[in-house]
Amino acid sequence: MERYVARALTCSALIAGMVGFAGAAWSQSEVKSPTLDAVKKRGEVICGVDTGIPGYAYQDASGKWQGLDVALCRAVAAATLGDPEKVKYIGTTSKVRFSVLQSGEIDLLVRDSELTLKRESALGLVEVTPNFYTGQTIMVRKSLNVAHVKDLNGATVCLLTGTTLETNIADYNRANNIKIGTLLFERPEEAFAAAEAGRCDGYTDDGGSVAAGRSAMKKPDDWIFLPEVLSRQPLGPHTRQGDDRWTDIVKWTHFAMLEAEELGITQANVDEMKKTSTDPQVKKFLGLEGDLGKGLGLDNDFAYKVVKAVGNYGEVYEATFGSKGLGLPRGLNNLYRNGGLMYPYSWY
Amino acid sequence: MVRRPSRRAYAAQWLLLLAVLAVAYLVVANATDNLSRRNLSFGFGFLADRANFDIPFHVISWTESDSYRRALLVSFVNTLLVSAMGIVAATGLGLLIGIMRLSVNWLIRNLALVYIEFVRNTPLLVQIIFWYFAVLQTLPPPRRSIVIPGGLLLNIRGLYVPSAVMADRASTLSLLSAAALVLTPLVWRLPLKGGRLGAKALLLPLAAVGLFAAGIEHIEFPTLTGFNITGGAQIPPELAALWAGLSIYFAAFIAEIVRSAIEAVPKGQHDAARALGLSTLAVLFLIVLPQAVRIMVPQLTSQYLNLIKSTTLGAAVAYPEIFQIFAGTVMNQAGKEVETIIIVMAIFLTVSLIFSAFMNWYNSRIALVER
Repeated sequence: MERYVARALTCSALIAGMVGFAGAAWSQSEVKSPTLDAVKKRGEVICGVDTGIPGYAYQDASGKWQGLDVALCRAVAAATLGDPEKVKYIGTTSKVRFSVLQSGEIDLLVRDSELTLKRESALGLVEVTPNFYTGQTIMVRKSLNVAHVKDLNGATVCLLTGTTLETNIADYNRANNIKIGTLLFERPEEAFAAAEAGRCDGYTDDGGSVAAGRSAMKKPDDWIFLPEVLSRQPLGPHTRQGDDRWTDIVKWTHFAMLEAEELGITQANVDEMKKTSTDPQVKKFLGLEGDLGKGLGLDNDFAYKVVKAVGNYGEVYEATFGSKGLGLPRGLNNLYRNGGLMYPYSWY
Repeated sequence: MVRRPSRRAYAAQWLLLLAVLAVAYLVVANATDNLSRRNLSFGFGFLADRANFDIPFHVISWTESDSYRRALLVSFVNTLLVSAMGIVAATGLGLLIGIMRLSVNWLIRNLALVYIEFVRNTPLLVQIIFWYFAVLQTLPPPRRSIVIPGGLLLNIRGLYVPSAVMADRASTLSLLSAAALVLTPLVWRLPLKGGRLGAKALLLPLAAVGLFAAGIEHIEFPTLTGFNITGGAQIPPELAALWAGLSIYFAAFIAEIVRSAIEAVPKGQHDAARALGLSTLAVLFLIVLPQAVRIMVPQLTSQYLNLIKSTTLGAAVAYPEIFQIFAGTVMNQAGKEVETIIIVMAIFLTVSLIFSAFMNWYNSRIALVER
């Protein structure tokens, strides 16, 4: 008898629990910046990154995450929590990345993802701002003696599934009345290996990823980039719609890295600048004057913390894609005054 | 009321039903709420949109201008193809290994044991990727293809075989040919002078081959043009690796099923057959195996269903099956996560249910008729 009563009680407790849980999940969305609140409560930023592409995000020999996208994750953690180490990295494949963000499993996605109209309108995501400008590039073996993309008629290229790359190739085929076949892989490791083995004639992705792919080949010098760029690829972080404040934080964290470069502030001299600088722009930027940081719901010196943690954008680029990394010229990713496209919004 | 067990059972069942319904309602309500909050719409209209991507391997025709619906069909046929090939190969190999496992020869018996233990204790995905790169690493590039007599070419892009280019009249002839094949077992059983028509019915498949051949305009041989081989039909290494991976992995499980089923046949059957003077092979194939099959079928069914579902691992080695194409590319391009996953799940559920219904029918057909 008691057994049955106990069972009935357990059963109703379970149902009540489920209803309560769902109710709690619903009511949460009414807070002002739910993501920032959750991050502060958790003490950790959960950042969706690549599973491992040199340049953007990869783990070095000691297991530490490195890369341009990782730097933004670290910068956001420094801005919100004051500590760049307080990041939990979730490696996402190109196929699942947006679902993982939509479901709330990660706070932001920084995974060399192209900013497109379709994604912003159909997926319910916000494309914050580009943090890397590139274009779809094809890399082939030198021994093929191919100089242009058009010469690839009849060839096969390896690439990752769930990207805009397939569509770009299809459009290129249609526009030029040729046929370049594609072979789709889930993860870059398998795709690189298949290209290396010669299953495909080439490998395509955005310029940064192709450079990463070349660095992963046994003899990187055997591979060349074809000069044509199949499409523009502005890559940048994504956040969920409906939390504008959090989107602002990610955006201005990126701009802080650009502004620091513009003002000549580096990881090495930021403390010095904070003590000695008399430039009002620098003082406002570092939070010594005004209340720029407070307006975002952050500490007033969040920009100082960002630069102290990861350095300015130029430093990050040099370490990842630049001369200390994959050796890709800075090109479009230079500051506007050096002929690039990096043009931060005004800070004051 | 609570004192009477039957009433209590009723009440408990109603409570359970209510709980299930409540959970289902919560799931649906939560999903629609979340979709609308993220400005996402729910609907299957996107299936008619232009796909605009390439599917590298397709059995039925495919162009980049076809719709997502066609992409679903093309990738579904690819899934069915590798499932069917896997089931046939895994059954053959499993039967062989299972019989080897019971051999009186020490070497054969233990070879089979090593095979089974090695294969079923390593992950399937690892094996498939291993086969893929094992295949890729050993084969030459297209320009140095291995030429196999009969017009076949083998290289890293796959095995290229000559294919038949059909003439216009071919569709009617092929239909007739298929009809002849379907009719063969029926004609076989036609009563004739107290017996059955039997082997004379084999004229029909011969006629079918003739009809099919009459529809061929010419045979197209694969040749090297530019980067790739053109002409002929291609069996890509992705298909080969996935097929090998699935067959070898599931053969290990099937071998154990075969062994246990053979051992479950009463020993008296074996002894009696030996006493009649039948050879070892005759005992195995005429007496023991037919009885063992009855025991195997239910377990084989679940292995086959597992195999069908495991074809989704093909996505890792670029085999364009339904999970990669539809729950990958299409899902990302159309931005319809919930819908695509529902469709893929519904398709796998339908295939599995039909397949297990067929196996149950087969099981009841061969089961012992008990009086």
